[in-house]
Amino acid sequence: MIHARGLTKTFGPTEAVRGIDVDVSAGEIVGFLGPNGAGKTTTLRMLTTLLRPTSGTATVAGADLFADPAGVRRRIGYVAQGGAFAPFSPVGEELVLQARLYGLNREEARERVTALLAELDLPGVEERTTVTLSGGQKRRLDIAMGLLHGPELLFLDEPTTGLDPQSRANLWDHVRRLRERDGLTVFLTTHYLEEADALCDRLLIIDHGRIVAEGTPGELKSEHGARTLDDVFLAVTGRELREGAAA
Amino acid sequence: MTALAALTGHYLRASFGNKFSLVFSALQPFLYLVLFGPLFERSGVGSWGVLVPGLLVQLGLTSPGMAGFGIVFDQRFGVLERMRVTPVSRVTLLLGRVLRDSAVMLIQAVAIIVAAWALGLRAPLAGVLGALLLITVLSVGMASLSYVAALTIRQELFAPVMSSVVIPLMLLSGALLPMSLAPAWLDAVSRLTPFRYAVEGMRALFAGSYASAAVLWGVVVSLAFAVVGVTLGTRRFQRENA
Repeated sequence: MIHARGLTKTFGPTEAVRGIDVDVSAGEIVGFLGPNGAGKTTTLRMLTTLLRPTSGTATVAGADLFADPAGVRRRIGYVAQGGAFAPFSPVGEELVLQARLYGLNREEARERVTALLAELDLPGVEERTTVTLSGGQKRRLDIAMGLLHGPELLFLDEPTTGLDPQSRANLWDHVRRLRERDGLTVFLTTHYLEEADALCDRLLIIDHGRIVAEGTPGELKSEHGARTLDDVFLAVTGRELREGAAA
Repeated sequence: MTALAALTGHYLRASFGNKFSLVFSALQPFLYLVLFGPLFERSGVGSWGVLVPGLLVQLGLTSPGMAGFGIVFDQRFGVLERMRVTPVSRVTLLLGRVLRDSAVMLIQAVAIIVAAWALGLRAPLAGVLGALLLITVLSVGMASLSYVAALTIRQELFAPVMSSVVIPLMLLSGALLPMSLAPAWLDAVSRLTPFRYAVEGMRALFAGSYASAAVLWGVVVSLAFAVVGVTLGTRRFQRENA
């Protein structure tokens, strides 16, 4: 579903991403972890056509990232970290507009929005604005926005940051169900290692613009002789932290 | 096409939901019409048919010129980015907004012409329609450039920068007083700005001289301005925001 080789991105003198390979198979839920500033969001923005890589090659959802970005856009959904709703506009209108940008006519768009909102436990919120919704509802709404056109691959940028544990578990259930029912492939970034452990089939850990570890949560733990993913994460990225703790 | 209609319709509904801004963005030329027009008309410089085309160009600068203000919020709340991950072409994303801005300006322009008519303006219908068409073309370029500015400069600088660009352009166009009164140097500087040609073209249209050089220049310069504006705007929409 994603097949990227040697992706790099430099901003002026700064090398944000220094040649990474990413492979994601259809139907997988892959977690993309790394400390702040490691290159997670830059990589995500490259894979979603929002940022042009400096070099490398990539096929995303069957379309070439460089030659056919519109093809990539048609087949992927992207849920940004900060959401995507204007705060004072009724959410139904924003969703219908977005669906129409994917080519649905007004009727199809309305039906799709109603069905998707029901599916994500948000029935009847069309007339409301996001300022009246809870954090968990807002995130499910953002996910609905990313699913309007029935994408094969969904990118989620820190989908559960700031949510309470219940809302977080609820969101995991929705993501799992989408994968099981529709065969959706999910590529998500997160800072929560228990989330990565519980939800993801496979993990990629990025640091200083390079992939420093890759495998299933179980593989990573046994490879590093670690009991939890936190220990793995610290072992592969947290040298400064441990030195700091020792001193 | 679906996408363009959906975008324009969405933005138009939003604009008509905010009647205050609809009136406010046309306030300046309207005040000139009511509080300056009667003086102009008795000054011996010209009649309403000379002033109103100028005020329409003023409207065409200020109303779409401030359009970029709204996109700042869309950018901050991720609305712009969510649209950029759809397969909709970047020029459509721009034009959806620009067509709304032109439509709003057109309604404001009609309101100004109606008010001017009540004050004593008389002009042939064909000339007025031609002038409205010309100013619509101009507004497409102006709104596009307004989005370029809003997405390029720092947010808090947008309003001061736009007004310090728009006011000299408006004065140099001869919108308030014809440039035939100007000293040579001012006349020469004025010829370097695109809006002078629009003002003179529209004055000729209001006077019924459709086949004049002024109309031709007005059309050519306005079309060129729109093409430049949309090209730069599309490029800005395409550009990755790093």
